[in-house]
Amino acid sequence: MYSKDTIDFGTPAKPGAATVAVDIDGVAVNVPAGTSVMRAAMEAGIAVPKLCATDSLDAFGSCRLCVVEIEGKRGCPASCTTIVEPGMKVHTQTPKLAQLRRGVMELYISDHPLDCLTCAANGNCELQNMAGAFAITHFDAPTDTSNPYFSFDASKCIVCSRCVRACDEVQGTFALTVLGRGFDSKISAGGKPFMDSDCVSCGACVQACPTATLMEKSVIQLGQPDRSVVTTCAYCGVGCSFRAEMKGSQVVRMVPNKDGHANEGHSCVKGRFAWGYATHPDRIKHPMIRASIHDPWREVSWDEAVTYAASEFRRIQAKYGRGAVGGITSSRCTNEETYLVQKLVRAAFGNNNVDTCARVCHSPTGYGLKTTLGESAGTQDFESVEHADVVIVMGANPTDAHPVFASRLKQRLIAGAKLIVIDPRKTDLVSSPHIRAAHHLQLRPGTNVAMINSLAHVIVTENRVDEAYVAARCEPADFARWREFVALPKNSPEAMEAVTGVPAATARAAARLYATAGNGAIYYGLGVTEHSQGSTTVMGIANLAMATGNIGRTGVGVNPLRGQNNVQGSCDMGSFPHEFPGYRHVSDDATRQLFEKAWGVALDNEPGLRIPNMFDASLDASFRGMYVQGEDIAHSDPNTHHVEAALSALECLVVHDIFLNETAKYAHVFLPGASFLEKDGTFTNAERRISRVRKVMPPLAGKADWEGTVALAAALGYQMDYKHPSEIMDEIARLTPTFHGVSYAKLDELGSIQWPCNDAAPTGTPIMHEQAFVRGKGRFMVTEYVATDEKVGPRFPLLLTTGRILTQYNVGAQTRRTDNVAWHSEDTLEIHPHDAETRGIVHGDRVALRSRVGETTLHARVTERVAPGVVYTTFHHPESGANVVTTDNSDWATNCPEYKVTAVEVAKVMSVAAWQANFDEFHREQMRHLPARPASSPKGGR
Amino acid sequence: MDAGKLIKMANDIGRFFAAPAAAGPARDQALFGIADHIKRFWDPRMRSAILAALDAGHAQALDEPVAAALLAHRTLLTPVAKA
Ligand code: SF4
Ligand code: SF4
Ligand code: SF4
Ligand code: FES
Repeated sequence: MYSKDTIDFGTPAKPGAATVAVDIDGVAVNVPAGTSVMRAAMEAGIAVPKLCATDSLDAFGSCRLCVVEIEGKRGCPASCTTIVEPGMKVHTQTPKLAQLRRGVMELYISDHPLDCLTCAANGNCELQNMAGAFAITHFDAPTDTSNPYFSFDASKCIVCSRCVRACDEVQGTFALTVLGRGFDSKISAGGKPFMDSDCVSCGACVQACPTATLMEKSVIQLGQPDRSVVTTCAYCGVGCSFRAEMKGSQVVRMVPNKDGHANEGHSCVKGRFAWGYATHPDRIKHPMIRASIHDPWREVSWDEAVTYAASEFRRIQAKYGRGAVGGITSSRCTNEETYLVQKLVRAAFGNNNVDTCARVCHSPTGYGLKTTLGESAGTQDFESVEHADVVIVMGANPTDAHPVFASRLKQRLIAGAKLIVIDPRKTDLVSSPHIRAAHHLQLRPGTNVAMINSLAHVIVTENRVDEAYVAARCEPADFARWREFVALPKNSPEAMEAVTGVPAATARAAARLYATAGNGAIYYGLGVTEHSQGSTTVMGIANLAMATGNIGRTGVGVNPLRGQNNVQGSCDMGSFPHEFPGYRHVSDDATRQLFEKAWGVALDNEPGLRIPNMFDASLDASFRGMYVQGEDIAHSDPNTHHVEAALSALECLVVHDIFLNETAKYAHVFLPGASFLEKDGTFTNAERRISRVRKVMPPLAGKADWEGTVALAAALGYQMDYKHPSEIMDEIARLTPTFHGVSYAKLDELGSIQWPCNDAAPTGTPIMHEQAFVRGKGRFMVTEYVATDEKVGPRFPLLLTTGRILTQYNVGAQTRRTDNVAWHSEDTLEIHPHDAETRGIVHGDRVALRSRVGETTLHARVTERVAPGVVYTTFHHPESGANVVTTDNSDWATNCPEYKVTAVEVAKVMSVAAWQANFDEFHREQMRHLPARPASSPKGGR
Repeated sequence: MDAGKLIKMANDIGRFFAAPAAAGPARDQALFGIADHIKRFWDPRMRSAILAALDAGHAQALDEPVAAALLAHRTLLTPVAKA
């Protein structure tokens, strides 16, 4: 079913019906207008020799190996750059063509070492395929092995420029150039080794290279794969499709799938290369239990582990009440696994104390979009951005956090779409090769609502509302109230300038651009949601889009860029304490009865505890037991001191994970998890796209995560009878209207499906709210700006905001255990030169970072990326303690933490903070408690 | 549950719903909005705790519309005892 992906058609497919009839070597074929002769030949099953063409790139016409003869035309045109014409008669094999091609090959081969038998690309080299039996010559050129994942052996390069074009036209990084001319020309990464260049290690050039010049080191080491399985990346919310190329149960390489609808053959450094953690020696492969967190772990059977956990949960419930235990589902696990954890909590624990890490990232998206539009999800597919005329990127840094989407966006910007960036930091998109934002609204952290209101003010008071759209599609009374509110002088850019720090003229120009430039699309991230007014900003964004008629068709929309791979899916699957799968409130009797009937138990009609509430309840002794699957709350959640106290107070903490993460150091039961390579299931990406995850190797610890949950449920006396995750999906489809039409068979057939998928939309829904909003009429919400309580003052004069970078992923448990540490071996504190100078800080100094809740230390990175008054860090390494400093302020509607705004002071110091010293000591103690195992570096480094 | 934290959370909710509403039917709507949000999103023990805080004389720490919402909708917010 995926065999097409392995065929290279030479040039990209053209849209539209196959209306042009041509004859290739006597074979009749119909192709869409604009198709190349080369592609038409491939469609007819006739391969034209080629080197510089590949179907992920526009044709270039440099190698001249693909020449053909066309009746009625003079000469021998290159088939990759010649477009079909109706009735064309093409010959791909004639004596004249053979002679021409032989000449071309001789030129290439004379400059290429033919050590094919010892070359890593042997058997999979296009040059080799083309060359046949030509003569052998050698020349020496240096090999660049600086990148940890691929090498560049210039001696094998035929200077076809595919790599340069891939870097420019697919990735958009422009790291490679051709130096020199003619036979002296060579490929160069800006005159530097790859690791010192602008290269971001996306792998597009490696993929495009027809020879072994650019080659994955894993292939050089392990040899060519012998089978491949299509699966989905387990890192970010882009949800790229990959072919896992295997030798037995060993991954040789991950190759982005050209048929993958989210990524169309592109990838980033994480999904493409950073999969080695799956077999890292730190993996825990046996269940373990202990009575106290200061006891050594004891390896036990699965049976003993789940029996012990179940007896503890039941003991706690008997002593403290049914609501004293709960569970956390994982946005990194599959839909099926997430569904089972919430089912376990609701059906076997008998309460609704289930939450997911989306609590701390995109819960305001769920609330805000459901309130305004009626569905807790983004409105578009990724492809839509290719039709946008103006794009607002707010509180998101896609080149780091959603790289493959960023590549698409960049290509659209290079082609002429306008960009507005709303961000306290000067992110890469603000200015990078061939891209410059029309406006960068560099607002103060915590003033998003003020900013959105002032943009809305301009649109309303300058009569730029799409009145016809609003009249037809939105609630009139709510719109009238909103219009009156945003028109108030206090919401004007001039009045808000003092709050946001953004010059009024810039805000006005940006609002006009968004309202008038054609299709306007908004993309946003955690810089929008992780605030005390996160939900309000999401509603404000939806207001803006509705007011300008920018929802309900291609090229527009409101698009949350989800953090982890399955954030959308974990929310869809009922991971919230107040909602069943499909976002239906637990108090809704009809829904609850549906689940009661299917699950055979009575269900609670009251909302349960959210993650921060669980911590608070743990400290007041009404919550004492927790099952955490695939999350590291001790590392990722704010106010570490508070989280540590809450976890320490639990009487039974069960952690189900692939590594002994920070949370597991507080656990009493450890259930060894399975990586995405070890199980079947599905992930749902930021565009609501459900894609298959396919098992390529057996689970190292004997059970896929869904099997672990089934075992725990059974030990609690609740039977779940599934033989395969497909049966779990069948149950989800039966019980969830937006998933009614989803099945593994259909996923196999279509490759992926965007929900809603049901009778009304049997193949899914790429664009939502096309005819009407899901809630009926769109609802404008009044979004009053309320300043956060987290204010700067003499003690804490700077604002800290946090984020992540390209090569590391969230808490880093996976990426820290790969060669990605070559790019980011520690978290640093970005500080503006002015703020650094007044504090006597120079680049590389160790500095203390203090807030009202805690203190840690980091090395300073002096940079103008941040504005004066703002400092920034990442949280990929636990010992950095970024969350020791963040507070437990949270979004008013959802309790999503206000990670993005913490008042801090920074000072130069000589030694680590007290928390870091304690962390180190506790870490060592916990390592001693592990059974003897192969030596590995502390804290999960390589 | 930490009463101070619950009071802050309730006040944050109040500032969204009560923002544009000074008096009249809009105020009734705002008070219901506050109570309904708490009912739909807060675990029963949290609701009991904030009502207890109100009874224990913490009303002055609550913003006026929030205290009014809790009083007006006490029945809605009071958890039903379960077996
Ligand atoms: S490195 Fe590969 S893709 Fe780039 S010019 Fe050389 S042969 Fe072509
Ligand atoms: S790996 Fe990606 S970024 Fe680096 S040179 Fe190749 S295409 Fe460009
Ligand atoms: S963009 Fe995201 S989903 Fe795609 S390869 Fe990178 S980390 Fe994986
Ligand atoms: S493949 Fe057509 S010119 Fe190279």
